[in-house]
Amino acid sequence: MDLFQAKNVVKEFSNHLALNKVSISVPENTIFGLLGPNGAGKTTLIRIINQITAPDSGELFYEGRKMTSDDIYSIGYLPEERGLYKKMKVGEQALYLAQLKGMSKHDALKKLKYWFEKFEMTEWWNKKVEELSKGMQQKVQFVTTILHEPKLLIFDEPFSGFDPINANLLKNEILELKRKGSTIIFSTHNMSSVEELCDHISLINKSEVILEGQIFDIKKNYRTNVYELSYLGDPEKLQAGLGASYELLTNSSENHVNFASIKTQTEDADNRLLKELIPLVNIVSFNELIPSMNDVFIRVVEETNKKNSKA
Amino acid sequence: MHKIILIIQREYLTRVRKKSFLIMTILGPILFAAFMVLPAWFATMEDTEVRTIAVVDSTNIFYKVLPETQYIKFEYPQGTSLKELQDNFEFSGYSAILFIPHNILASNTTILYSSKQPSMTVTMHIKNALEKEIENEKLKANNIENLDKILESIKTNINLRSITWNEDGKEKESNTGLAMGIGYGSGMLIYFFIFLFGAQVMRGVIEEKTNRIVEVIVSSVKPFQLMMGKIIGVGLVGLTQFVLWILLTVVFIGGVQKLLFPELSKTPTEQVLAQEIMNSQQLDSSSIPFTEPEPQILEEIFASLGDVNFILILGMFLFFFIGGYLLYASFFAIIGSAVDNEADTQQFMLPVTLPLIIAIFVMINTINNPEGSLAFWFSMIPLTSPVVMMVRIPFHPAAWEIALSAAILVLTFIGSTWMAGKIYRTGILMYGKKASYKELWKWLRYKN
Repeated sequence: MDLFQAKNVVKEFSNHLALNKVSISVPENTIFGLLGPNGAGKTTLIRIINQITAPDSGELFYEGRKMTSDDIYSIGYLPEERGLYKKMKVGEQALYLAQLKGMSKHDALKKLKYWFEKFEMTEWWNKKVEELSKGMQQKVQFVTTILHEPKLLIFDEPFSGFDPINANLLKNEILELKRKGSTIIFSTHNMSSVEELCDHISLINKSEVILEGQIFDIKKNYRTNVYELSYLGDPEKLQAGLGASYELLTNSSENHVNFASIKTQTEDADNRLLKELIPLVNIVSFNELIPSMNDVFIRVVEETNKKNSKA
Repeated sequence: MHKIILIIQREYLTRVRKKSFLIMTILGPILFAAFMVLPAWFATMEDTEVRTIAVVDSTNIFYKVLPETQYIKFEYPQGTSLKELQDNFEFSGYSAILFIPHNILASNTTILYSSKQPSMTVTMHIKNALEKEIENEKLKANNIENLDKILESIKTNINLRSITWNEDGKEKESNTGLAMGIGYGSGMLIYFFIFLFGAQVMRGVIEEKTNRIVEVIVSSVKPFQLMMGKIIGVGLVGLTQFVLWILLTVVFIGGVQKLLFPELSKTPTEQVLAQEIMNSQQLDSSSIPFTEPEPQILEEIFASLGDVNFILILGMFLFFFIGGYLLYASFFAIIGSAVDNEADTQQFMLPVTLPLIIAIFVMINTINNPEGSLAFWFSMIPLTSPVVMMVRIPFHPAAWEIALSAAILVLTFIGSTWMAGKIYRTGILMYGKKASYKELWKWLRYKN
């Protein structure tokens, strides 16, 4: 079931169409990647989900029914441009933000204690925010985002500003939240983290959704049928022995091991190709060159941009 | 509703707990006390230099008759001519030479020579003394018997009682001075309050915007709640500070006056009040320097004090105080939401501060003519009414005028907060866009 759905959402700012009939469906208990180049309309869509702004037209559904204003209490939002009151003490501020999300003071204190201990931030409680480093502030903000255990979490570039250790801590925490049943909308430009974390994605470019689906399917759709091979043996023999339905793209040698990339004309040709290769060379490794999300992103965005400029 | 209370609480507590609040709470009354006491103090300090004026009297009428004060002395050098005195003026130690010609009774003209422009106090003193002396001389010339007694008996001091009547035709004794004092004081307080705390609202909005925390907050509460919470919270801070200021000012002024000038430096109203207290305590009232209070005058003041409707004034003061603040705070919230930093606020500040400054000018006119058409119209225009109407209230304007002014103010601030809410919620999420009035108009019309 879809936890959140947007149908034909349109939002126009003064002579600028920010979202043009955008529809997304976020399945429950998944990590949903909201991708797109800068200025594509992601932040506007996120703000609409958070009910910070309202769409000009289109409908929003939450748990299968129309979204209401009370639904914001079951959403946790970590904006890309984040900030806290600099002069306010960390603990007081976390408590304030939690109460704004509808938690009782008692509950908030109990949960904050748990998270502050878990993230080893207990001694920050009485410090002013401006005394903390940027990374520390981000941690505080992350805790305040997830504290009220929202069903839907929205993270906009959550890893920016974190060192690799803390980024990893955060990543594990996000996976843990998913395990506990949360649904997460994850907006980022970091494609490797998309591949690591996301189940579904929607790619928005120039106010429109241009690609959506499960990561696995998307990658499958965008594969180029190129295989990478490293082998021992005679490169010329390989070149001569390959059948007409295979194209040898590269063939080079390095430290007595040879490398080749081979394009097949049909899909799912791995076994047939292997059969052809075995008599020719000694195979060291063989794998299909699967496009990264990075490649897919660039390819799809550039293709639609070209199409648009032609039209 | 629960949310807005949380916001008010935060806005209030973070400000009240600041060191600057404590410092301002203590410094404010010191400054106020200084504003009230220092001018009086300077007035007493003024002109302590003793000026000796040489009198060259060709008529010999004025020999040693010109009255001297603590700082103005007259000498009548004999056997020297005006020419000699003028030539040796530099070394003579005189600050001026007063030449009285033979024909002064006919010409009414006399000359004061000095190297520097003589002060107003000196010229006025000489002029008054000579006039009085010459009038006496002229009277004496008529050879009237018992002239001194007659002069004594015709001395008159008019006591003007001002009585107004209200709609029921009931007479009321009014004291213009007291009404002026109350009106002026409350008008000024409202003016300062709006400026000080309106600007705090603006700064608070800018802070949230530049901190970028605003996006997190508005994902939990409505922008309108955030804005109203801030306006109310800051308003409560202002009320708290004002109550503390007034209490401390009273304490400070009382203390400072007792220490430095037991009687001199009171404002007229205070002097009046002080007299009353002293009289009612059956103390010797002659120790008060400025007049010999006649029982009649005191009775009047008693009567007019009783007549000043303190409950109405206090109630209306609170109303216009809060109403004016709410109206202007919504404008300041708009400015705060439209800019990225405080330096950019200038272009929007002028249209907001201008009506307030106009209100102060109109207020001065209103004090002299509280029922004039200028006073009437500016006490109806909501941008100036909190200051101008407050000045008029001690003068008993018609009830319908107060009610109309109040109603217009309420309707306007409801409208302005509604408008501010619309601009605010768009403005707080706009960065790096140079906001113009055209832009603000667009934001106002956005659907959401």
